[in-house]
Amino acid sequence: MATATPTRPTRSSRRSPARPRDAHSFPTRRYDLVKEFVIALVVVGLLTVGLAAAFSSPDEKPITFASWAQAAPEDVVATAAAELAGTSASATYGPPYNSAAEGQKLLGVPLQKWGGVRHPVNSADLVLGPLTASSSGDLRVKAALARWNGASDARRTAWAGAYADALAKAPNGDPAKVAPGDYGPVPTLTNGFLDVARTGGLEGQLTSSGTFYGGDPTRALLLLSDGAYIEDTARAQHLGGDQWGMMNETGAYPGQPWMWLYTFWYQVPPFSTSDNADAQVWGMMMLLTLGLVLLPFIPGLRSIPRWIPVHRLVWRQYYRDYPPGERH
Amino acid sequence: MSRATVAPGTSAGHDTWTRALRERIERTVPPGQALPDRQPVYVASWIYVFGVATLAALFVVVVTGGLLALGGFEWWHVSSLGRFVNSLHLWSVEIFFAAMVIHLWGKFWMAAWRGGRALTWMTGVVAFLASIGTAFTGYLTQTNFDSQWISTQAKDGLNAVGIGAWFNVLNPGQMLLWHVVLLPFAVGLIAVLHIVLVRRHGVVPPIEADGED
Ligand code: HEM
Repeated sequence: MATATPTRPTRSSRRSPARPRDAHSFPTRRYDLVKEFVIALVVVGLLTVGLAAAFSSPDEKPITFASWAQAAPEDVVATAAAELAGTSASATYGPPYNSAAEGQKLLGVPLQKWGGVRHPVNSADLVLGPLTASSSGDLRVKAALARWNGASDARRTAWAGAYADALAKAPNGDPAKVAPGDYGPVPTLTNGFLDVARTGGLEGQLTSSGTFYGGDPTRALLLLSDGAYIEDTARAQHLGGDQWGMMNETGAYPGQPWMWLYTFWYQVPPFSTSDNADAQVWGMMMLLTLGLVLLPFIPGLRSIPRWIPVHRLVWRQYYRDYPPGERH
Repeated sequence: MSRATVAPGTSAGHDTWTRALRERIERTVPPGQALPDRQPVYVASWIYVFGVATLAALFVVVVTGGLLALGGFEWWHVSSLGRFVNSLHLWSVEIFFAAMVIHLWGKFWMAAWRGGRALTWMTGVVAFLASIGTAFTGYLTQTNFDSQWISTQAKDGLNAVGIGAWFNVLNPGQMLLWHVVLLPFAVGLIAVLHIVLVRRHGVVPPIEADGED
């Protein structure tokens, strides 16, 4: 982008000898910045069109509750039982969804708790809400709901907990093969919930009931991720958390490789086995990021480029044309 | 705003805000230094192309993102044209990041923060972080399986440090606005600052030619 016709600087530099030498006191050469930019723009534009035409982009359809109920009905039932028993991931999460737990700490500081419960989610309601709204025709579900609503908290937890355990022991988690026991109305509720999921109306009931537009699927996504199906689907696509997870894309696409360092920590101890991994990895990344920002001031680190002289390659022409003795 | 008694061109101190701003700008990047057609002799390496390539890719990212916005955020699932525009956007982002990462490493090995250029480096890092945030929120607003998975995974990290309470990755409406308004604006602003700083200081001299050893 430039022709090498060096000239001496026209302006005599009036810097004091103690001041380091800077850009303006060197000989110059022609350099067309605007032409460089325009060529770069054309090249990047053509490359983009070429890659898009050749490789398109991935678009795996979202999981719907109907497709979940279709593909893994036993998982829907087990998830509903866990929501009622208060043992699902969302039910035991803590802030920002509820106060069931303190949340993670970073060096003993309860940042998660300080964030507050700003997106309140009652996990049992993820099941009971849609059931109540759609049970008008189903007398058995109506009766089961009435029985549930009339029972004490302890009674409800005992029923749902026992049913969740029994499901876990049944062959393939099949609700039809559960050993008999005192589960109260829970099997009727969870089966009724499976029916609601099958109809395809569950998304709407979870995201827009009470609001016409319903633009916030937080509750629906929490319910989905309480199940095992989404994770199984993701693992099958090499997207698990211990498989460099969300850095990857569905299909054979590059995804977000620039997240490699964040994802990396989840793969190694102590993080890979810690209960506080999320907070620790975040803390670690904040520290490293601060280090990157302040790199020019960190003794040692800022000298690495002098010790490992990659710059000899970058400026090889200059070092060749202007050996130390001839520099002005 | 200026007083009529002062003839044009004569100096009367910083008596207008306009004049103060103009002089501030001229001091920051003197005329001719903004777009010079000569550079110091040592500016002769392929590595210098990657800063400009990053900037060019940012343009393509913004333009393709704008095209994608025309049809609304679920358009690309149902239209083959929309899908193609989405592909353009995706690949321009990949090129943008590739160029930026090469640029970053280049500047590291050149220790390009020397001679009062630390702020150039620091704005560069902030541009990198803001870009990561922008790309991330883009992945969250795809409204497909990928965004379901990424959002439900990423929520734990953000919740663990309290950010999730305000920045809800499970809400694609909120994420979409960050992705198309707030974060691109931040990236653009920082990129402008970064480049003004580059022009202000001139290109950093080679290590060992800067008289610092
Ligand atoms: C939006 C992202 C970015 C854009 C558009 C951008 C653009 C540019 C451009 C056009 C230049 C001048 C040409 C060159 O020397 O390559 C430059 C210089 C520079 N960039 Fe960036 N950059 C970005 C991100 C970064 C990052 C992530 C870093 C490092 C952490 C960085 C550090 C620097 C430094 C230190 C210089 C001064 C180089 C010198 O004086 O020789 N930049 N940038």
